[in-house]
Amino acid sequence: MTGKAELGSQRPRESTEIELLHRAKNGDFHAFQSLISGLQPRVYGLAFRILHQSQDAEDVTQQTFMSLIEHLASFREESSVATWALKIATNHALKILRKRRTVTMVSMTDMTGEDNYSDVPHPEFIAPWSQTAEVIVARSEFRAELDEALRELDDKYRLVFVLRDIEELSVRETAEALDLTESTVKVRLLRARLALRERLTKKFGDAMQVMIPDHNHS
Amino acid sequence: MTCEELLKALNDYVDGAELAEICEEFAQHLAGCNPCQVVVDNIRQTITLYRDGYPYEMPKRFEERLTQSLQSRWEEKFGTSTEYRFRPE
Repeated sequence: MTGKAELGSQRPRESTEIELLHRAKNGDFHAFQSLISGLQPRVYGLAFRILHQSQDAEDVTQQTFMSLIEHLASFREESSVATWALKIATNHALKILRKRRTVTMVSMTDMTGEDNYSDVPHPEFIAPWSQTAEVIVARSEFRAELDEALRELDDKYRLVFVLRDIEELSVRETAEALDLTESTVKVRLLRARLALRERLTKKFGDAMQVMIPDHNHS
Repeated sequence: MTCEELLKALNDYVDGAELAEICEEFAQHLAGCNPCQVVVDNIRQTITLYRDGYPYEMPKRFEERLTQSLQSRWEEKFGTSTEYRFRPE
């Protein structure tokens, strides 16, 4: 997925994107299509990873690109089109998550006290992986395992991990997309990374090299 | 730096955005703590796995439907001419 390198408002934007954007703003549908062609599977993937349901992912994808058409004129080009689209998609996905829950709110103010570092769980199962990530990725039979690990994360941690680590938005962009503070994004990201590490190390860690942590040394 | 402090600074270190001073403390701790070294490596592998991993493909029928819907909405909003000039909202 090499196309992600161009994401994020801090990165230099391709001149072709700016040109396509201006042509689209002038009513050129083909330019709009070119602009969004690589983005469609990304938005769908983002929605699917958040919602785990293909119909919902399709709805979010359609709503996102309809929103792009509606607001194209007012897009101020302060970020890449990709970042803009991913933020809109996140917003639509959040609405669906909220509808699924009648009481608990997703992602906003945390009431459980987990948005600080005080009780971040320590790594328990520690072992070097017996295969590199590149080798694992090449073996499609592990896909279900990775999906399941992501699905088991609490929504609020999964959202941050998907935006920051998979889609490579900056911490600030992730915070804006989820209406969180940057410090909350950082804590949730740490919790997400640690939880996934724990789970995946149980699967991919070398059982012959398990280590016992000594948290007391300096 | 203790293991506990390392855990709190882990994100910035893994993201390569840490201040040089803390980075040095982090490296010093890692040099003498194998479990922390392995945890940092595990986390880097975890991120790589998801970031470079499996893309989700849109169902073909949905892709076709989406293109049609977008084109219809586009024509409603802008007409079919590519010469249409957008009026700021």
